[in-house]
Amino acid sequence: MIPDISKIRKDFPILDQKIHGKPLIYFDNAATSQRPIQVIERMDEFSLRTNANIHRATHYLANKTTEAFEASRETVRRYINAAEAAEVIFTHGTTESINLVAFSFGEAFINVGDEVIVTEMEHHANIVPWQMMCNRRGAILKVLPFRDNGELQIELLDSLITSKTKILAAAHVSNTLGTINPIREIILKAHLKNVPVLIDGAQGAPHLKIDVQELGCDFYAFSGHKIYGPTGIGALYGKRKWLDQMPPFMGGGEMIDRVTFEKTTYNQLPYKFEAGTPNYVGAIGFAAAIDYIQRNEHQPFSNYEHDLLTVATEKLKQIEGLKIYGEAPSKAAVICFNIEGVHPFDLGTLLDQLGIAVRTGRLCADPVMDHYEVENMVRASFAFYNTFDEINAFCKALIRLKAMF
Amino acid sequence: MTIDEIQQEIVEEFSGFEDWMDKYAYLIEIGNEMAPIDAKYKVESNLIRGCQSRVWLHQEFTVGKIKFEAESDALIVKGLVALLLRIYSDRTPKEILESEPRFIDEIGLRQHLSPTRSNGLLAMVKQMKLYALAYEKISAKK
Repeated sequence: MIPDISKIRKDFPILDQKIHGKPLIYFDNAATSQRPIQVIERMDEFSLRTNANIHRATHYLANKTTEAFEASRETVRRYINAAEAAEVIFTHGTTESINLVAFSFGEAFINVGDEVIVTEMEHHANIVPWQMMCNRRGAILKVLPFRDNGELQIELLDSLITSKTKILAAAHVSNTLGTINPIREIILKAHLKNVPVLIDGAQGAPHLKIDVQELGCDFYAFSGHKIYGPTGIGALYGKRKWLDQMPPFMGGGEMIDRVTFEKTTYNQLPYKFEAGTPNYVGAIGFAAAIDYIQRNEHQPFSNYEHDLLTVATEKLKQIEGLKIYGEAPSKAAVICFNIEGVHPFDLGTLLDQLGIAVRTGRLCADPVMDHYEVENMVRASFAFYNTFDEINAFCKALIRLKAMF
Repeated sequence: MTIDEIQQEIVEEFSGFEDWMDKYAYLIEIGNEMAPIDAKYKVESNLIRGCQSRVWLHQEFTVGKIKFEAESDALIVKGLVALLLRIYSDRTPKEILESEPRFIDEIGLRQHLSPTRSNGLLAMVKQMKLYALAYEKISAKK
């Protein structure tokens, strides 16, 4: 069944506007997806009527806020099928989630000479926190490479994992290549050698159904603003057995049990990792986004997104001199490319004049740029509210602009 | 001509373009026509790195004037670089320090000099001003 996109687009008022006099075509969804009116209204309603700090007072509004915040946690838990709500920690986003694990897991388990594995296609947010931790703990960062078509060289993983390997971190979906990595296989291989696995789900959660128990991952990190929710909120799923053994990431309110100047004891999960006043308005919006996705008949991870990707890929390939980076058989709706003789900055600037929003630059993935020996790329990333007409207009625009160079 | 007069001249050149497309096509044209920077100056120490595009800036100070050479890997940026060189190269430090590149605003391309655009252009203007400041101080000491 072909979904009625025009109906869905009415839920996203931001899409109905003109940029530089042209109808907006929003193809920068991998950076930030747009929020449906249901999310915006839920957050506004909360701010207008309920706002109070959580877990800290006996008054009516504080109780209401605490209830809403914890209900949001339960919504996230259900969405990813975590075993218990205490395994869901609210963070500012994927970046903080990964930093939390890199720091706290590192403090608890990483010693001089230990090894950490990441992949060559990671976003900087899944490289730098590990690098910082390795520097601090005297550990070594090892890299699982990918092939030119965007697939991980999974056959090298067995020999990469040694008795020194303490943790492995990999993207569910690459933010540049779009590759959907075989994370089940990676997790199985790692677990055979007792190595826990963190999955960076920033680009996975928007496109794929997640069941952390089925996947068996030890940690899963994702962001609200990439799954139609607000910015500044994200989640870290962690298995209790690890979280219980890890020291807190930040100190402050809510994460404590009892403080004296000699010693502080810490609160239980998940509060141990939620120092300070959390972004509860964001958490409520995050849950509203999940509700929206689940209520919507036409879900983001439907075949429709894949059809958008297939059509766009075919059309782009017809443009002479256009090279797509990453064509793994299993791929999400993200396309990075370059047109010979056209600098991505120039292309992005001119596309903007035509009302088309794409991402250009190094895409927070320097190692991917180095792999293909390019300085920059152009990225078009699609969401379930995009249309085939928009893809047509985009390809026509590219042909028109290419002629200017 | 003074810096101000050249800026005025550029503004007039652009006033003929009605469409944004023509404006950018012209920038691309001047970018394409611009003499490349000498390869020996296209080095890391002259590189102004933006996330979006890179600019190389070389300078020499002779007989009281600073001569700039520059280049960018993006053509639109290169076109704007060419315009910046047209007004700022071969000028005394005082002239450079006393003038702002107002023409960019007036030709409707202000967004390219905004701090949110990491294309290296704003950093290039700052760098030119820093050179001017340094040479002004050196000249004053002599």
